[in-house]
Amino acid sequence: MKLSALHQSYLSRRSNSFRSSGPLDSSSDGGYKSPAAVFWIILHCLCCLISLVLGFRFSRLVFFLLFSTSSSNLYTPPFRSAVELAKTLDVHSVLSTNSVANNFRLPFPNKTASNSRVVVGRHGIRIRPWPHPDPVEVMKAHRILERVQKEQRLQFGVKDPRTIIAVTPTYVRTFQALHLTGVMHSLMVVPYDLVWIVVEAGGVSNETASLIEKSGLKTIHVGINQRMPNSWDERHKLESIMRLHALRIVREKKLDGIVMFADDSNMHSMELFDEIQNVKWFGAVSVGILATSANIDESSDRKEEEENPRMPIQGPACNASNMLAGWHTFNTLPFAGKSAVNIDDRLTVLPRKLEWSGFVLNSRLLWKDGEDKPDWIKDIDMLDGDVESPLGLITDPSVVEPLGSCGRQVLLWWLRVEARADSKFPPRWIIDPPLDITVPSKRTPWPDTPPELPVKEKPEMGIQEPIVKHTTKTRTSRSKHRSKRKHETRTDTQVSTKHSEQN
Amino acid sequence: MGKWSWGFLFLAFAFASSIAAERNPRTERISGSAGDVLEDDPVGRLKVYVYELPSKYNKKILQKDPRCLSHMFAAEIYMHRFLLSSPVRTLNPEEADWFYTPIYATCDLTPTGLPLPFKSPRMVRSAIQLVSSSWPYWNRTEGADHFFVVPHDFGACFHYQEEKAIKRGILPILQRATLVQTFGQRNHVCLNDGSITIPPYAPPQKMQARKIPLNTPRSIFVYFRGLFYDVNNDPEGGYYARGARAAVWENFKNNPLFDISTEHPTTYYEDMQRAVFCLCPLGWAPWSPRLVEAVVFGCIPVIIADDIVLPFADAIPWEEIGVFVAEEDVHKLDTILTSIPPEVILRKQRLLANPSMKRAMLFPQPALPGDAFHQILNGLARKLPHQKSIYLKPSEKILNWTAGPVGDLKPW
Repeated sequence: MKLSALHQSYLSRRSNSFRSSGPLDSSSDGGYKSPAAVFWIILHCLCCLISLVLGFRFSRLVFFLLFSTSSSNLYTPPFRSAVELAKTLDVHSVLSTNSVANNFRLPFPNKTASNSRVVVGRHGIRIRPWPHPDPVEVMKAHRILERVQKEQRLQFGVKDPRTIIAVTPTYVRTFQALHLTGVMHSLMVVPYDLVWIVVEAGGVSNETASLIEKSGLKTIHVGINQRMPNSWDERHKLESIMRLHALRIVREKKLDGIVMFADDSNMHSMELFDEIQNVKWFGAVSVGILATSANIDESSDRKEEEENPRMPIQGPACNASNMLAGWHTFNTLPFAGKSAVNIDDRLTVLPRKLEWSGFVLNSRLLWKDGEDKPDWIKDIDMLDGDVESPLGLITDPSVVEPLGSCGRQVLLWWLRVEARADSKFPPRWIIDPPLDITVPSKRTPWPDTPPELPVKEKPEMGIQEPIVKHTTKTRTSRSKHRSKRKHETRTDTQVSTKHSEQN
Repeated sequence: MGKWSWGFLFLAFAFASSIAAERNPRTERISGSAGDVLEDDPVGRLKVYVYELPSKYNKKILQKDPRCLSHMFAAEIYMHRFLLSSPVRTLNPEEADWFYTPIYATCDLTPTGLPLPFKSPRMVRSAIQLVSSSWPYWNRTEGADHFFVVPHDFGACFHYQEEKAIKRGILPILQRATLVQTFGQRNHVCLNDGSITIPPYAPPQKMQARKIPLNTPRSIFVYFRGLFYDVNNDPEGGYYARGARAAVWENFKNNPLFDISTEHPTTYYEDMQRAVFCLCPLGWAPWSPRLVEAVVFGCIPVIIADDIVLPFADAIPWEEIGVFVAEEDVHKLDTILTSIPPEVILRKQRLLANPSMKRAMLFPQPALPGDAFHQILNGLARKLPHQKSIYLKPSEKILNWTAGPVGDLKPW
């Protein structure tokens, strides 16, 4: 910055006097030069002339060969004082082999003139034979960084972090791998202890189990025997039941920590996990709702959009003194009549008024015999029916603590994207046997093409392409795409219908 | 029986409190070879008399060029201002232990802001001539109880080029005085025994304004910004920094652990706070403000300068705080740094986190307890009482007033 700008211009000014050591230097050598000095000057001029002729500084080479004390693995050996002598005009003053400085000191009888290794003048630049990072050392450095960051967290981060208990309702379907892997990766990076309770509709399956065991987290995988229904309303209800089931597990096992609801299609930020450590009993965070769909852009008024372009957010609302004053909920009016009812509808999926994922609670609230359990929590064994949001678990909604600077920070996002109900996918996403399955699905959006073009012809098509003329190229590539679609398992989403037609 | 129970209670309390204090300490006490002296208060331990020199030696120079207040040699100006209003100042020279001569010798700047040292010897000489003729205290000891602040590149050798500085040596009339300088290298002409090494001036408000939250994880392993080759003055390399900076570049430019470059980022201070190690290699002179910046931002300084004497070396245990790498070992720097055990690194960070350490490196205005001004006074106080031998007999003369290059003898 300023310093090195100073330094650079300092040195550029130095260059004038360095090269010429004449006019600016008021402390000149005086007019008288000793014969030794004259001799060195002549030698220097001679070397310069020869170098001019040859095109490189041969004097360096000569002195290197004559005087060098190099060790084998050096790129350019450090030239000791004899070599620098030839370069500088002040030669007669810098004479000793080892300790330059000692010649000039006024004698201090107590000081032993120790051999200083530090020599003024040109030194070699040591470069080791393989100037690249060594992987073992890189790993060591990363471990050091981890340890330093852990210490930083201990000192400046959350004091006494509590275990996080994440509750995820899930079921086997095409998009499960996508969503669950996302949540799993988020949870794997959380720097606190974590327990992951996965509740599966339709019973415990190998599909989900194989996904979860890759996480390396402490998981509790349970199933309930109902299957996921097709209508969104009923799905929400079943998910609430599944979450209550998970809360019962927390109670039975007396898990201690902070319960948060990590729905598998949500996206969580890491700051969320830091922020929920601050909850005392029952807290709420702001959830961003990503519930747009293409239809909205078309059909709604331009004007309306410009008035309200912001993303809808669910969460606590605070008054000026940072106390909970109310709730921001999702406004369903713009979507009236245009929201998806069944899972196959290509319309917007709406969230509930207040999503479960925006709430966190201390697990001690759920224990049967808590020491200082507040009295506004209902006993979950008494609850039977549908609890639409965790506010149904408490009697007094004003005790909820708003987190994330009073709801101003959006720490997670809600989205529901699912494949069609009849969409199939290879079990565990392993294609075995390879690409021989053709599964026709009903109500395809594109006109039916005859099921031709098995796998073997594909390389032929590939070879044909360069020979085929430009005009027909597009057609072959389009049908190639189509055949690919027929052979591979189809997954289509209700959101991107328009895009699929364009290929 | 009552006394025993009280004694027992007291012991138990002391034991418990010591255990509580030990748990997860964030900082550690700093004690150098002089003891736990960073927090010493010099007031009452020494008295300083400030000579009233005509303003052509100080104020007029500053008026001509106010840039002197913010460059890295500004310590001489701020020291003068501090002493004028400090409780250690005495207006009675008879009771003074130390005498201060306020000369701003490093304030003759080029248009680009670099100090030219060519007139400084003459200026100092003329000031001392004035002092020795107007007051009797100089001749009493020939300057042995006087101190001067000479923060230039090679201290009182008054030249920026090392060879020329060595040839000149310390100005002969300053040989007996105590020099407060930034330059420090063992067995070097320009460092006298008994000199006090100080850090270069770094603007405290600027650094304070750029602090980031302490829980930002330190994710850079080694950080350095600056020149590796000085193409204007040393195009082949090997002269500048004795080849050490060039060696750092050539060996580690491909190493992702080393965040080194010649850029001037605007986030320089913030980046230092995100790094574990900050390189402080020598340049044309062994000292640099990087050391101050590293200490203030909690980044462990890696000092690559053979035989360097660091600021306040008797009060601050630099061996325990920084990492010293010999210039010939620079090509093994990554091995050296990764083989430091993590506990040692954490301990160094704890020592750096000690606020008295950071305060000791800075020159804040107004002065705060424990800052660099006070450390200088502590250093001067530790040299008291003066030995009887410094007081000369009336006609005795030790210094040679006509020594040195002829140009120095011209009046200023």
